[in-house]
Amino acid sequence: MATGTAAPPAALPPLSKRLAEKGVTPRLLLLLPAVVFALGLFVYPFLYGLGLSFTTGSASPWSNYQEFFSDPYLRGTIWLTVRLAVPAVLIILVAAMPLALAMRGAGRAKQAITVILLFPITLGTVLLSRGLLNFLGPAGWVNRFLLDTGLIDQPIQLTYNYWGVLFAIIITDFPLVFLLLLSYAGGIDPTYERAAAVFGASARQRFFRVTLPLFAPGLAITTSLAFVLAFGTFPSALLLGEPAGSTRTMGVAAYSEAFQQFDYPMAATVAMLMAGLELLVIVLILGLRSRLAPTVSSGRKG
Amino acid sequence: MRPRLPTHSSGGSARSVADVADEVQGTVRTDAPDSNSLDERDRQFRELRLDGVTRAFGTTDALRDFTITIRGGEFVAFLGPSGSGKSTALNCLSGLLPLTSGEIWLDDRRIDTLPPERRGFAMVFQNYALFPHLDVRRNVGFGLRMRKVPKPETARRVAEALALVQLSHKAESHPAQLSGGEQQRVAIARAIVCEPPLVLMDEPLSNLDAKLRLEMRTEIRRLHQDLGLTTVYVTHDQHEALSLADRIVILRRGVVEQVGVPSEVYTEPQTDFVAGFIGYRNALPGNVVEGHGRRTNVAVGDLQLVGTSPAAMPPGGNAVVRIRPDDLVVRHGGDGPNQIPLKVEVVEYGGREFVVEGVTPGGQRLYFTASEALRPGDSVTVAVDPEQVRVFPPTEEGR
Repeated sequence: MATGTAAPPAALPPLSKRLAEKGVTPRLLLLLPAVVFALGLFVYPFLYGLGLSFTTGSASPWSNYQEFFSDPYLRGTIWLTVRLAVPAVLIILVAAMPLALAMRGAGRAKQAITVILLFPITLGTVLLSRGLLNFLGPAGWVNRFLLDTGLIDQPIQLTYNYWGVLFAIIITDFPLVFLLLLSYAGGIDPTYERAAAVFGASARQRFFRVTLPLFAPGLAITTSLAFVLAFGTFPSALLLGEPAGSTRTMGVAAYSEAFQQFDYPMAATVAMLMAGLELLVIVLILGLRSRLAPTVSSGRKG
Repeated sequence: MRPRLPTHSSGGSARSVADVADEVQGTVRTDAPDSNSLDERDRQFRELRLDGVTRAFGTTDALRDFTITIRGGEFVAFLGPSGSGKSTALNCLSGLLPLTSGEIWLDDRRIDTLPPERRGFAMVFQNYALFPHLDVRRNVGFGLRMRKVPKPETARRVAEALALVQLSHKAESHPAQLSGGEQQRVAIARAIVCEPPLVLMDEPLSNLDAKLRLEMRTEIRRLHQDLGLTTVYVTHDQHEALSLADRIVILRRGVVEQVGVPSEVYTEPQTDFVAGFIGYRNALPGNVVEGHGRRTNVAVGDLQLVGTSPAAMPPGGNAVVRIRPDDLVVRHGGDGPNQIPLKVEVVEYGGREFVVEGVTPGGQRLYFTASEALRPGDSVTVAVDPEQVRVFPPTEEGR
């Protein structure tokens, strides 16, 4: 074949084939509605708000941010928000985690408890806040119980202050956190804990060395979600708290800038700072999670 | 060598993982044995006694009145179908399942009241149960870490155990990156690195493919011969039990049917159930005609068979005749006892021989092996030595 026609240089397969091999096919068009939706309802408003926060009367585009941080009344909202969100999230986690782990494979009881816990979610924040106002109020059940048992002589103030809002956050966010953790806990094979026990791990060691690391991915996502929810607290801060003082969260501040001061650029600035802080905390949580249990790139399975 | 308690014959003297790992690697250890591992390694016990161990789930006994004494260094297999209570027995030993009644003694120490983490045993699980968030090195070292073994010693012993299962190069991998066989070897390394007084194995080979299962079977036997670790091995596979164990315990519905060394169980099954489980594939229901001691004549339809029963059986009673397919020999003429005419129905090629299914004129189905290629429809006569015809009272179903 030395004198025969030289083999033609390997022709490139048609473009459509090469693209298909990389996963680019007409099927991708199915994503179009979702992309339009995300662009129109999330990306555009976000970018608009970002632009708005840099719209200033003065020369520096940062002057809104400078004003936020120089005004103690505005700057203070960060601490007031953190002061509510962090304890709320911790309390919820400490209560929900053991419950979720204990209820693995609880069968019937699991369903019943799930339904009961779903109830607060269905009520909505405003109705729940009104209810709590009575429940926690000076003549509410909590105070009556404490008075009747002789633990206190005077009704204690649990509404229109920090405590009312904290209770509200816990009650609204707990079901969500619990349900998420329950589904993650169900995915942890109890065989690992049994194996750890046989190999000499005490109950404490089993929890910290096996259960918690296996739980870490779900715990991190759930904590992030709970934090974002708690950080954005707005209706309960207005209805159950003291929106001009101790519960003036960033959400309340953004609302009053926008609809009481009509200073849209400053409202956008507060919103952007909220987003930035939430992002920062999520990054911290995910970082902590990867230290607790490094992600494994799962390779081939035999 | 350190003085050591006498151990079971098959294992020779128990040796440490380190000694054996050195042989595998062809190196010579020059360092003197460290003092703190002495009591760690001299935990070989004389005997492990299970006394009337019973475990009930609801109203049914998963395991009833299980009594056995296991000698130090012995390899014991619990054999039985699913629901026979073999895994229940293992979990009672490990402490993962509390007993309903009965006691477990390790020499003069009662252990059934201890939680699993205080028994000091090790276990190989059916699905391996390797911790997915830990790499191979940490998985293997888990037991030592929990038992507060100093770090340098842990590192050394883990390296030795990994060398022993030939996985030193995978020390940094995570379980998800290993093949099934590799995962099982890690699970075994994790168990033997502790040099525990007792290793529990719960169907460790059932998730592997046929070839790997054979390899790992040899591997487990070799490790037991080399290390002499007392092992309780649960399986539903009679080949595994026969090839691995020093002694086999056959269970049925939570009750022990027979205990014996493999050759005893294989050649002298004591009940119909054991015979069926251990390879006596042909089961023919019949009636006892007459008995002379253990020699028993049975009528199976219009067939007269002479067989051997574990004990004398009264004439007229129901009986089951059990015959291994291998023991039925194709005859061309000649006479003697136990001549069975058959019509060939199905012939399977089995490599060295053919596995044939035939039917007697009375409609009894028999499996036998033949060296010649028979064809469906052929008429043959097979014969069997009365020693190989086993007669038992029928297994009671309602128990």
